[in-house]
Amino acid sequence: MKTENVIEADQLTKTFGGFTAVNAITFEVKKGEIFGFLGANGAGKTTAMKMLIGISKPSSGTAKVAGFDVYTQTESIKKNIGYMSQKFALYDDLTVKENITFFGGIYGLSRTKIKEKREQLVSELGLENISNKLVGSLPLGWKQKLSFSVSLLHEPKIVFLDEPTGGVDPITRRQFWEMIYKAADQGTTIFVTTHYMDEAEYCDRVSIMVEGKIEALDTPKKLKEQFKADSMSQVFLKLARNIE
Amino acid sequence: MKRFVGFIKKEFYHIFRDRRSLFILFGMPIAQILLFGFAITNEINNVDIAILDHSKDATTEEIINKISASKYFTIKQIIAREAEIETAFKKGKIKAVLNFEKDFSKNLIKDQKGIIQIITDATNPNTANSITNYINSILQNYQQSKNKDIVMEYQIIPQTRMVYNPELKSVFMFVPGVMTIILMLVSAMMTSISITREKELGTMEILLVSPLKPFQVIIGKVVPYIFLSVINATVIVLLSIFIFKTPVQGSLFLLGAESVLFIITSLALGILISTIAETQQAAMMISLMGLMLPVILLSGFIFPISSMPVPLQIISNIIPAKWFIIIIKGIMLKGVGMIYIWKETLILIGMTLFFIGLSVKKYKIRLE
Repeated sequence: MKTENVIEADQLTKTFGGFTAVNAITFEVKKGEIFGFLGANGAGKTTAMKMLIGISKPSSGTAKVAGFDVYTQTESIKKNIGYMSQKFALYDDLTVKENITFFGGIYGLSRTKIKEKREQLVSELGLENISNKLVGSLPLGWKQKLSFSVSLLHEPKIVFLDEPTGGVDPITRRQFWEMIYKAADQGTTIFVTTHYMDEAEYCDRVSIMVEGKIEALDTPKKLKEQFKADSMSQVFLKLARNIE
Repeated sequence: MKRFVGFIKKEFYHIFRDRRSLFILFGMPIAQILLFGFAITNEINNVDIAILDHSKDATTEEIINKISASKYFTIKQIIAREAEIETAFKKGKIKAVLNFEKDFSKNLIKDQKGIIQIITDATNPNTANSITNYINSILQNYQQSKNKDIVMEYQIIPQTRMVYNPELKSVFMFVPGVMTIILMLVSAMMTSISITREKELGTMEILLVSPLKPFQVIIGKVVPYIFLSVINATVIVLLSIFIFKTPVQGSLFLLGAESVLFIITSLALGILISTIAETQQAAMMISLMGLMLPVILLSGFIFPISSMPVPLQIISNIIPAKWFIIIIKGIMLKGVGMIYIWKETLILIGMTLFFIGLSVKKYKIRLE
């Protein structure tokens, strides 16, 4: 069975002056896949992601996201993706409901659709009692979950998550990954960056970026075999040592 | 369009839920206009003066009565000796001392001249000047009333008329200035802060990844402030009309239109600042130092441009506030129409387009 690719990057490169942040990366992501984009801080993960979501122009190479070109069709890309950034990025001074309404609105959902989504989301997350509270008063874990749900509001084909579980306790992380699985089951492609190696185990396939290059790309199982390692952390360490 | 309405609604939530911005938006204008209107004034009223009368005759008494009868001066102290003048000034209350020479009346009759020394406290030069002028004119008045039976061979009679502000109320001068400052503050500072806030919080990134176009994001952020600035301008004009009795001689419609133009100029500046500043604090500093100071010092609001050194006069031309002050002074006090202010209006429009162009360019570079 051949599944379609929703992200295809070919020799994608980004330079800032003389510094090459992303060095000719090539990979593809299949529909419905959970694709882990790993790397140490400063390896170029966020820069690569920014090119894919259309807010940074590549210096060279090509890439298609949801079938649209990252140079010329960023508007179409934006309609088909969801994005959750590293920083928690809902509005603290708006209530849960107002945040949902606002983000639904900027993605052009109709009023009835927003209402329906809002009720569904609030009940799924168990936020009935606090849906009229300001988001700023919620604990971080809830904010992250809400933020993820908001990025899925417009039912995007692909959702990009940039270090979504940073600073969250292990239980919430677990719950967060359950949400990710659920979204993937429904056919949403998940592109997630992380530096928690245990999270890498949850992904269908992972790529590991070191100094702007993709040094390894496969399923966690195969990578562990290839590097003769027990865990993804060891894979990562061995890879880093080989390169030095 | 619907997206847009939602965006603006969200912007209003931000404004109304933040006490600090509410205060800057609505407390400041009212506080400033009242402050400038009541407290800060160049007018002379009930100035305390002291008299040192070495002569104590009929003429000096008449003059003293005349001075104390005017609403400008209150005679607070009678001094007996020269040595006490210094102490009177040092205590701080007394702003001027009138020193009548010995045998004032006699000299007046004998030599046709009597000497009054006017000593003023010039720690505030403007006030000292005004006091001297006021006393001089009272004395001249007195002299004329004395000489009216005598026919002189030739006489020069200056007839002065102060037009547009005959009572020389300083509030007339402050209203346009305060309005300019407030529109600048609200429009430029508040928008630059609110845009950089989204950058700081990371929500700007989310907005840029959404299907909203960058210019829609910016316009959405700016529209609420246009609305609030218009309300502010209206409040200021109403306050000045009803509390300070400042006239609006010209067309209210023109005043409104020019104010909207200046609001847009300031917003464009605010957007430009937000493309440079990365944090709210930086945006605030740039707005205060880069906009407020020049507006207060170089726009002609407080210090007349014509008496500045030439380099500063040249610099003052690039300050939008200067042109706006000329325009609203013209409309409010002189009642001029478009024929007299089209040049200033064009300059403002030009500046606005320039700032918008520049920020569009900067904004694009940032997105690369």
